[in-house]
Amino acid sequence: MSDSPLLEIRDVSKTFGSVISLSGVSTTVRAGQVTCVLGDNGAGKSTLIKILSGVHQPDGGELLIDGNPVRLGSPREALDAGIATVYQDLAMVPLMAIWRNFFLGSEPTKGWGPFRRFDRATAIETTRRELADMGIDIRDPDQPVGTLSGGERQSVAIARAVHFGARLLILDEPTSALGVKQAGVVLRYIARARDRGLGVVFITHNPHHAYPVGDRFLLLNRGKSLGDFAKSELSLAELTRMMAGGAELDQLAHELDRNPAGKATS
Amino acid sequence: MSTGTATAAGPDERLARVGLLKRLLLKPELGASIGAVLVFVFFAALSDVFRSASGVANWLDPASTLGIMAVAVALLMIGGHFDLSAGVQTGTAAITSGLLTTYYGVNTWAALLISLALVLAIGFVNGYLVVRTGLPSFIITLGTFLMLQGLNLGITKLVTNTVQVNNFNKIIGYDVLHAVFASEITIGGASFQIAILWWVVATILGSWLLLRTRFGNWIFATGGDPNAGRNVGVPVARTTISLFMITSFAAWFVGTTQIVRLTSIQAQAGFGQELIYIVAAVIGGCLLTGGFGSAIGASIGALIFGMTSQGIVYAGWDADWFKFFLGAMLLLAVLANQYIRRFAELSRR
Repeated sequence: MSDSPLLEIRDVSKTFGSVISLSGVSTTVRAGQVTCVLGDNGAGKSTLIKILSGVHQPDGGELLIDGNPVRLGSPREALDAGIATVYQDLAMVPLMAIWRNFFLGSEPTKGWGPFRRFDRATAIETTRRELADMGIDIRDPDQPVGTLSGGERQSVAIARAVHFGARLLILDEPTSALGVKQAGVVLRYIARARDRGLGVVFITHNPHHAYPVGDRFLLLNRGKSLGDFAKSELSLAELTRMMAGGAELDQLAHELDRNPAGKATS
Repeated sequence: MSTGTATAAGPDERLARVGLLKRLLLKPELGASIGAVLVFVFFAALSDVFRSASGVANWLDPASTLGIMAVAVALLMIGGHFDLSAGVQTGTAAITSGLLTTYYGVNTWAALLISLALVLAIGFVNGYLVVRTGLPSFIITLGTFLMLQGLNLGITKLVTNTVQVNNFNKIIGYDVLHAVFASEITIGGASFQIAILWWVVATILGSWLLLRTRFGNWIFATGGDPNAGRNVGVPVARTTISLFMITSFAAWFVGTTQIVRLTSIQAQAGFGQELIYIVAAVIGGCLLTGGFGSAIGASIGALIFGMTSQGIVYAGWDADWFKFFLGAMLLLAVLANQYIRRFAELSRR
């Protein structure tokens, strides 16, 4: 790959009043690679996303894009830098057709003056092509987004971000609300986006979703980094164990084990 | 990845089968079109006059002015809002033009521009208050409705000592106004109001705006999910305010049509009409919750209203039955819409 990563996060920290939400977190995202951010609830995943998407600014450390330090002052600036965030609520209108949603807010137009109009043919055709390029087979771009499954909606949102020039895709728990099969569909599109040369930041709390597509793994716990590993340094079993908090899990297993025994003696 | 992804993406057979039915049901104007045909056949079978040229001209007339308003109100409803002051604004526009010209001697064209500016300002205030406060438009426009109702009556009485403004036909330029707003065209021995033509223009314009422009896309998003729209850069506030002002413009047009045609205007003109506009839009397939509907549907809703109101007279029934008919049709339309919405929003997670 190239020498400087697409995005580098260096020692980033963020505090809200007296709450240290994130401290000393570092990782890299390279083009054509997936960096997974794993952590339990309250680990600081959302804070990290908001820093990357320009909603919050870090109190310490820095962000580097293509090796150059940047300051993302607003979501707009992040978008202009090629960072697109696909949120859980997806920013799609269920009652509107797929192609209308795809271009919502950035509609292509043709014609002049009062006759300037929404270029439907281009919009429909582009939507169909972009979705097909992502391997999403939508028979009819005219069907309302509400009729799509959760996985398909995520996929359309990803395709939209890719079309509007994203170089770095941030996916906020795209698989958490989905069933096993649908999550598989989304993972496939993540791989597809990666293969098209995008850098992907994939936020999840499910190591079984992260491990198959991930190239790097950043583990967060209570705002601190538990480590930033390449795939070669880590097995799925180790990842799962660290996610669950290692020693804490042993303790939990121990506690759960003792209960039936205690019940039997009483 | 592999080429197998496309087929793995979903059960295609099922998608295709549901697709066709869904697509038909998702045409907002489908129900209203079927209803209009049924109503026409019903009254045409009962009465010869109903289906004669003069009969048609007769029932197209009330449908036309209602239809112009219904198209604007439908756009507003798709954008997620109501305007209960729409009816009374027709009166406000007409009374303003009437008083300025006949009592204060203001130039006809200046008076028309002033009344237009006035109702556009009312529309702006409605929209601005809705956007700024986040309160339901129902309650905000109920407020402006009551205020305008009071003003229309109060000012008319104060200036004229009666409850109407007369002698609009005595003003300079009335001929031109009459030609534009109230002339009649004779086809097949029956004279058709020119308002019917404006109604058709309004429907085409509304439909074009809704389906073929960026603004139309924003209307759907504003009513469907304003937060999602905002996230991707739709100017939700501007769209909302524009929709209220479009409704006000329609009210000015219809109010002007009324005062030109009748040469006078009652201080109570337009009271209660706001609900009829909403009825027409809902029969035409607009969801009360916004984000779905059509301009053509609203026009067909107005057509059903026109046919039913006149058809009952031609059939020789007591006109009291009309309200019952209208209510039943509204109820049917709302139930059908509810079903369609559930169908459309149902996700196959």
